[in-house]
Amino acid sequence: MSTNKADVIVVGGGIIGCATSYYLRKRGKSVIVLEASDNIGNGGSSRNGGGVRQSGRDPRELPLAMYGIKELWPELSKELGVDCEYHKDGNLRLGKNEKHKEILQGLTDRAVACGLDVRMIDADEIKEINPYLSDEVTCASWCPTDGHANPMVTTLAFYKKAREIGVRFFTGEKVTKLRKIKGKLREVYTEENVYEGDYVVVAAGYESREILGTVGVDVPMHQELCECLVTEAEPHMFDQMLGTAEADFYGHQSDHGSFVFGGMSGLELNNKDTGPKNSPSNASITSPCICRGIMKYFPALENAKIVRTWAGYLDICQDGVPVLGFVDEVPGLVVACAFSGHGFGIAPAVGEQLAKLIIDGVTSVDISGLRYGRFKAKI
Amino acid sequence: MSEVIDRSIDIGEFIPQPDDDMIICRCEEITKGEIRRAVHDGMWTMTEIRRYLRTGMGLCQGQTCSRLVKGIVARELAINPNELEPATARSPMRPTEMKVLGKEVS
Ligand SMILES: Cc1cc2nc3c(=O)[nH]c(=O)nc-3n(C[C@H](O)[C@H](O)[C@H](O)COP(=O)(O)OP(=O)(O)OC[C@H]3O[C@@H](n4cnc5c(N)ncnc54)[C@H](O)[C@@H]3O)c2cc1C
Repeated sequence: MSTNKADVIVVGGGIIGCATSYYLRKRGKSVIVLEASDNIGNGGSSRNGGGVRQSGRDPRELPLAMYGIKELWPELSKELGVDCEYHKDGNLRLGKNEKHKEILQGLTDRAVACGLDVRMIDADEIKEINPYLSDEVTCASWCPTDGHANPMVTTLAFYKKAREIGVRFFTGEKVTKLRKIKGKLREVYTEENVYEGDYVVVAAGYESREILGTVGVDVPMHQELCECLVTEAEPHMFDQMLGTAEADFYGHQSDHGSFVFGGMSGLELNNKDTGPKNSPSNASITSPCICRGIMKYFPALENAKIVRTWAGYLDICQDGVPVLGFVDEVPGLVVACAFSGHGFGIAPAVGEQLAKLIIDGVTSVDISGLRYGRFKAKI
Repeated sequence: MSEVIDRSIDIGEFIPQPDDDMIICRCEEITKGEIRRAVHDGMWTMTEIRRYLRTGMGLCQGQTCSRLVKGIVARELAINPNELEPATARSPMRPTEMKVLGKEVS
């Protein structure tokens, strides 16, 4: 079955799998991507809020976020031949009172300590950046190099370009187990087929846990639902990404004119998900909650019509940052999961750096804080 | 049960047609040519087409054009339209103002 062989087998056709396959192929590797769903990018990658942010990120993840925004995002649309609607117009995190200000100041101090350009701004400066906000907004943190992009299009753009240059994609192909040959990972089993590669990248979101379990690797993570809503197209108002001190909502206005906002009800951990497996459904209480959050800061939008809502799963790691890279115990394995709700913005950097790791044996961005070996019992 | 699809199967070249400029999705103003090109870019399902082009994502949420889009995609792939799963319908069923949707509690 030589057609089922490639230098690298990638499990999962989300933005991480698509981007990694693209950068590997660009550097000459043969790649096969196996996607369980009938649709490429049907997981979190097509369901997220599109934030491409550095502010608020953990110091272990920040180098990847900063690298991607500096080196990859600005040219991405041109490179992939599809307009990914990337905007680098800043992120405002809003507050209304002293307690909010304290939260924002804390986040700002931590980001500044990591070398990020973030600062606190007052009501006047906020109004200058975004005149549409409520007068009750009195403070904000401002990171001018943050931004947003269209997640559905960016994911499919990586797929399109990767396919064009020769990556082979199989949809409806669910991976069931991995297998080592002579101590090295080599075989990938699906329900009906076996694929073989020198390296196997596991980028299957939360489902990575079960797959990795077949070679004795266990990433401590859980699944949590997060929801988004979108309004009908409105006249253009602003280009920044928005969030709040208390995480009432986050979002932006898309090029198309619609506002895309995301948020949570706070009951996600224990709410019942009534959707079929791997097709999450909205909880009835969540989009109203997001609407109330938005109107607290944006009364001007109270008449905007919601045309669509949807839900997606986050793969949340025990310590809130992804697990990336080689695993000592399983040579040939590359892990890329547990993105903990921030995998979209860093996806181009993750894909490029994992390709570099596989080809050159090292990354140029420090990802040492994200390796699998970091989890230890507390005593 | 899903079927395994090899996305590299040759579906032939994109050949321009005289009516490629015809608007199919009126809400988002997407043409027949754009839909056919998207198929050649690898978008082989209704869900992928919709996410790539925005067909059916406008005010009517695809109630007008989804059958037409399906027909065009199926013809390009040389398959029966019934083999294409429709894209997921999403709530609310009618566009709803934020102040109304946000009022489920008093
Ligand atoms: C509502 C929401 C809002 C978000 N907002 C943001 C944001 O603003 N900014 C940001 O940076 N991030 C955000 N995220 C997170 C971001 O979407 C994810 O971190 C990112 O998409 C992860 O990409 P992925 O490729 O790892 O995962 P996924 O897109 O989930 O891809 C994993 C793929 O693996 C496939 N798969 C699963 N099991 C198998 C198997 N057995 N065999 C083969 N394939 C399999 C799945 O079908 C899926 O396609 C948000 C997420 C959600 C849900």
